[in-house]
Amino acid sequence: MRLRRLAVLLLALVPALAGCGVGSAAGPLRVEIVLHYSHYQPSTISIPAGRPVTFVLRNADPIDHEWIVGDAALHERHRTGTEAHHDARPTEVSIDALSTRETTVAFNAPATLTFVCHLPGHEQYGMVGTLTVTQ
Amino acid sequence: MRRLITLLTATFVALFMTAGTTLACGGLIGPNGAVNLLRTTTFAGYHDGVEHYVTAFEFAGGGGAFGSLIPLPGVPSDVVKGGDWTLQRLVRETNPPVPEAVFLRAAAANDSAEVLMERKIDALDITVLKGGADQVGTWAKDHGFRLPPDAPEVLDFYAQRSPIFLAAAFNPTRAAARGQAIGDGTPVHITIPTPNPWVPLRILGLGKNGQERVDADIFLLTDHKPALLPSTDTPGLQLAHSAAATDLLLSDLRSDKGMEWVPSSAWLTKVAVGAQASKLTFDLAIDASGQAAPSRVAAGLAVPDLPAASPTDLARLVLGLAVIALGVLFIVGLTMWRPARGTLSQ
Repeated sequence: MRLRRLAVLLLALVPALAGCGVGSAAGPLRVEIVLHYSHYQPSTISIPAGRPVTFVLRNADPIDHEWIVGDAALHERHRTGTEAHHDARPTEVSIDALSTRETTVAFNAPATLTFVCHLPGHEQYGMVGTLTVTQ
Repeated sequence: MRRLITLLTATFVALFMTAGTTLACGGLIGPNGAVNLLRTTTFAGYHDGVEHYVTAFEFAGGGGAFGSLIPLPGVPSDVVKGGDWTLQRLVRETNPPVPEAVFLRAAAANDSAEVLMERKIDALDITVLKGGADQVGTWAKDHGFRLPPDAPEVLDFYAQRSPIFLAAAFNPTRAAARGQAIGDGTPVHITIPTPNPWVPLRILGLGKNGQERVDADIFLLTDHKPALLPSTDTPGLQLAHSAAATDLLLSDLRSDKGMEWVPSSAWLTKVAVGAQASKLTFDLAIDASGQAAPSRVAAGLAVPDLPAASPTDLARLVLGLAVIALGVLFIVGLTMWRPARGTLSQ
């Protein structure tokens, strides 16, 4: 009987777990970042090295944004770059107004990186976050 | 019957540019840098429940397009070409100082919003929009304008109180055909029936670095000495003039195009705005009724009350709670249920 009760409780919990969007333990980690009022929420993220992470980038603003993650040298290049739309690299994503993009990245070594929107004025406005890759 | 007391509020928001007086009322931005909007001039007056808003846009040349987005307190009943010299006459009346030049960029909007009215005034294309921040922002994007990063928050700030915006953009072809020179202004007179006049101030900082300075002059013309919120003691605001309007001023204003509504007597107030854009987080609410109770909501210091839940919403809520309760009872019942045990004889 104890086993039966346990089974019933687990069955009842299935819809709740599905609603929370919990992913498979074997698949990539999922991290949601909301872009709202031209800021990243959350703006500080920590992930483990070597494991794929799917970043769900939800742009809640009526203007376009970017999520470009990398080191200082990469961001310096983007500050003077001319690429209008980013789609070729998983660490550089353009997110149209009021839309959602997903990108999956695996960072193999510990590092402290930043993610920035390099559209004009957005970085200065505070559209900057920190991504810490831990061992 | 005694004549009704006339309520008149005239609001004049000014930004000053290089060599002369300029007035600004909207957030402005150029899409590609091809055309730069140098300045915008705005006047708003309130009389017998109708706000008269006069905005002048200056052409800055170039071959592209640019626009201006102005939040309004209500739906306009008409938009026509404004008078030629009302703004300058008000400025002259109070001898304002001339601050440093300010470049005001603007935001324009686009189609997901409901288009309530469209007008062509000289080289200007005027569109009155109704919609939330997302809708107006989408309209702007679809029409080729690039909103600055602070636009989502600023548009939300206004849309919560009044989802009415006026977008104005110069048509470069018509401007060229008219021989419009750089610096030429086009006044626009907007008539807005509204019980609650206010002057948008926060929009003046749209697209600016938070450290940049916003300088503006606000002229109020009322039957009585007006009550304002925030008060002119607030950092960034200064009461620069407060006196009965002269007969000559009122006569001069009344003789301009579309200004016949100016009453025979009024009180003239001038509020000078000089603040960092990041500090300008409010608008100017005006109580022109003589009740001395300007609205905190109109000033942007409080959010409007949310509408009460409809009976349909309540019914859905009750139904949802009932379903959840039944589900819980079902699970509890299953976990507690024990089948009757019979006795088996062998």
